[in-house]
Amino acid sequence: MGAIRLENVKKTFGNIDVIPGVDLEINDGEFVVFVGPSGCGKSTLLRLIAGLEDVTAGKILINDVDMVNESPAKRGLSMVFQSYALYPHMTVYNNIAFGLKMAGEPKAVIDEKVRNAAGILNLTDYLERRPGALSGGQRQRVAIGRAIVRNPAAFLFDEPLSNLDASLRVNMRLEITGLHQELKTTMIYVTHDQVEAMTMADKIVVLQAGRVEQVGKPMDLYAKPANKFVAGFIGSPKMNFIEGDYARARNCACVGVRPEHLLLSTEQGEIAATVKIAEHLGAETYLHVNADNIGPMTVRATGEVPLSGNDRVWLTPDPERIHRFDASGNAISN
Amino acid sequence: MSTRASTLAGRVMSAPSIIALFLWMIVPLGMTIYFSFLRYNLLSPGMEEWIGFVNYKFFLTDHAFFASLANTLILVGSVLVMTVIGGILLGLMLDQPIFGRGILRILVISPFFIMPTVNALVWKNLLMNPVSGFFAWISTSLGLQPIDWFTHAPLTAIIIMVAWQWLPFATLILLTALQSLDRDQKEAAQMDGAGPVSIFFYITLPHLSRAITVVILIETIFLLSVFAEIFVTTGGGPGLSTTNIAFLVYTQALLQYDVGGASAGGIVAVILANIVAIFLVRLIGKNLDA
Repeated sequence: MGAIRLENVKKTFGNIDVIPGVDLEINDGEFVVFVGPSGCGKSTLLRLIAGLEDVTAGKILINDVDMVNESPAKRGLSMVFQSYALYPHMTVYNNIAFGLKMAGEPKAVIDEKVRNAAGILNLTDYLERRPGALSGGQRQRVAIGRAIVRNPAAFLFDEPLSNLDASLRVNMRLEITGLHQELKTTMIYVTHDQVEAMTMADKIVVLQAGRVEQVGKPMDLYAKPANKFVAGFIGSPKMNFIEGDYARARNCACVGVRPEHLLLSTEQGEIAATVKIAEHLGAETYLHVNADNIGPMTVRATGEVPLSGNDRVWLTPDPERIHRFDASGNAISN
Repeated sequence: MSTRASTLAGRVMSAPSIIALFLWMIVPLGMTIYFSFLRYNLLSPGMEEWIGFVNYKFFLTDHAFFASLANTLILVGSVLVMTVIGGILLGLMLDQPIFGRGILRILVISPFFIMPTVNALVWKNLLMNPVSGFFAWISTSLGLQPIDWFTHAPLTAIIIMVAWQWLPFATLILLTALQSLDRDQKEAAQMDGAGPVSIFFYITLPHLSRAITVVILIETIFLLSVFAEIFVTTGGGPGLSTTNIAFLVYTQALLQYDVGGASAGGIVAVILANIVAIFLVRLIGKNLDA
């Protein structure tokens, strides 16, 4: 069981409101991702939930009990740190067993749980090694193993993949998702990488400057961003924003259209443009173009498109999939 | 430094300093060894003759040797214990964000800048003097009999003085080690349910093991040859109660004018220092690996 509810949680460092007030509901078994640009307060929010920082005001309810004044250990959560924070002088076995040892569990129980976790994470052959003798991915798994054995109400992940190389990151992403399906424990995952957020989350919380911009399922955020910030942050390559006459003709301050929702033609279309740079990836082609009277835009075309710099193209936004925003950046429903 | 020519050039260029250092070490050592086999007393000049191991026999069978060996080991051991434990406690305190931390750190470090003779005089005349000393004043204010340190607890007094002198060194090394402890590790241990005491013994102390090793090794080298504090305060007495090996060699050479005997004592001291060094390196030197 691990339902977490934040009620008007505030955090100030000196005079700075890092988190001006957050309300959030996290259901039992959910995989929630906090995403936002660096400095948006997502890690601080996670540390507040963990109890590593004191809240300035508000309530943190874990299974309907207010835990604001409890120590981190009493909250029944476990955390995977960005730096892994393994204990360097202990073997992998002792690293994983440490929490159980502190809880005063009998030796036989500890041994069973550690070996069980090591089995799940493919660490059985490395139990007697020290963290220094492990690769990045293995260290990551030890950190996860240390979290699993305590059988927590929820797992907290603080940018756990950012120290891994790109291919390993994809593998670990799948492993963590698989682990969530297996354990069905609540997970809160902090990242600045919207791809991780989109692929792993049941529910994404987009944060900016300590405020929750939007909460929802990945596809809801993609299809119906509440404002320009969310629209620009979710999706890769970034959404194109068109202002000026083009937007005024559509009764809004700004029109947003995703690169994949632009129909590309070499003969005709709504917007004329000149290709600046073409990135050929084989499965898809990214065109960075300069649109007449509008400025730089990005187009994503499937498959190989034989275009290069200075070619003339025409773009037509899919009318069903354009997003309109008012002057303050909020979405106008179509 | 990969080609053969560059390796050779490196050797040639470092050779002068290595040769100079080697001579600097080997000439005095060779002369001391040579003197230790001579009857060589400054009171009877021109009577030097080869007498083999007689000087060693006299030195090693002298009851003063065993007394001073015991004093040396007690002094080194006690000061090590006091400085390491005190250094850890002070390091932990100075690592906390407390008011006036910068000034406090300078104050804690300052004893190390005071030369041993001055240190000893301050302790002898201002603090431990049984009539006018600060400790005596505390004792009489509380209605107690003041302790005459250098008569009744001379070795303890020396140990306290030397420990005070070396505490800053231990504190400095251990404080820097504490500052390099990853904050995430402490937080992870906190999440794992470890209290402050458990965190200290399971996380902090193992992290400090290498720094503690460095403190022990370096302090031992210097503590084996403590001299100024003894010379200035007790002069090795009363009796032999504060004579260590270094001071014994001094009395042999410059009070009894027996250069041969003192040289033999010096060589014995070198051998003892090496035994202690090998012992320490094997015992705790493995902490320095990896």
